[in-house]
Amino acid sequence: MALLSKSSKAAVSDPLMSNNPISLQVLGICSALAVTTKLDIAFVMTLAVIAVLCISNTVISLLRKMIPSKVRIIVQLSVIASMVILTDLILQAYMYDISKQLTVFVSLIITNCIIMGRAEAFAMQNGPWRSFLDGLGNGLGYGIILIAVAFFRELLGSGTIYGYKVIPEAMYAAGYENMGLMVLSPGAFIILGLIVWAQRILGNVEEE
Amino acid sequence: MEHYLSLITKAVFVENILLAYFLGMCSFLAVSKKVDASIGLGFAVIFVLTITAPVNWFIYGYLLADGALAWLGFEDVNLSFLRPIVFIAVIAAMVQLVEMVIDKFSPSLYQSLGIFLPLIAVNCAILGGSLFLVERNYTLMESVVFGFGSGLGWFLAIVAMASIRYRLRYSNVPAKLRGVGITMLLTGLISIAFMSFGGIQL
Repeated sequence: MALLSKSSKAAVSDPLMSNNPISLQVLGICSALAVTTKLDIAFVMTLAVIAVLCISNTVISLLRKMIPSKVRIIVQLSVIASMVILTDLILQAYMYDISKQLTVFVSLIITNCIIMGRAEAFAMQNGPWRSFLDGLGNGLGYGIILIAVAFFRELLGSGTIYGYKVIPEAMYAAGYENMGLMVLSPGAFIILGLIVWAQRILGNVEEE
Repeated sequence: MEHYLSLITKAVFVENILLAYFLGMCSFLAVSKKVDASIGLGFAVIFVLTITAPVNWFIYGYLLADGALAWLGFEDVNLSFLRPIVFIAVIAAMVQLVEMVIDKFSPSLYQSLGIFLPLIAVNCAILGGSLFLVERNYTLMESVVFGFGSGLGWFLAIVAMASIRYRLRYSNVPAKLRGVGITMLLTGLISIAFMSFGGIQL
């Protein structure tokens, strides 16, 4: 990609693996777990978060010289909240079924710490283009984990991947059963815990 | 009365806002390292949820819902799409107010809760609580009970986790699993334990 300089590239690629917002910085876990029972829901949620993160990062970066530092949190929150409302309305208009299943979790993107965190830590100091890329990278990093958790929960819990049956009937006939626990909340905690563990071994990261 | 008892058991145990809906995970993971801090934050969450739930109920019922502005003469105005932004503003304002009131009337409580109160404004459990009560069409009294119950459930979960993590210091956890990894696995186990309350009806 000749379009991107080296530092811009790093802004996108770092959060994917070596500095992942969910598994390494431990931000934005709330929504990561609730919407991962099925891959299609997780996928829509990822798109919503990427959209909100990119736009709010760009807008805040454009406004950064005008925002007085004392009221910056309120300004950031209102920019983010407006983007979330917009996303919610678009989802209701074009993907009504999925937005029904996401219930309050789209609105809860407002309190997703990744978005506030990136606005505060990155967009307030950098230009709009780099902030946009940073938003994209962090959104993708969030999405990777979300989709990984959803993949395992759907495969083990319902025996499907993206709605298609992958476990053959012969297996069920031979006594295989779907693991109901994976669809319920404990499954999400355990899968995410294992993913964090695996990622720390691969990335060789030490805690404290 | 029984109805409210049933609602509170449901909010505390069966549908625990943290263990079943994953709300408030960020501060849960960060703060549960210390028992004292967890108790402080837990109380602050109970306090703020019990106050913001009815306040947001009033705001939604009389200003935002479809046709809610009828008392001002605007029958066909529907502002419900503004729900998230108004709720988060109300929560931030209430947190500020609660902070000032506590500071005035009980400086010792303020000392112990002080640092946690501002954090609460961005705790998803609070916003989630307000959004759920609209989603489920609770009445005013139900929303107070639900707010208190959810707060209590969150308090129980964080204090339990903090105590377990305190004991965990002496166990031999694999190096890469320490911190977030083991905490997530433990939360999964606590969550399984709480699921055994499922089906309890009062």
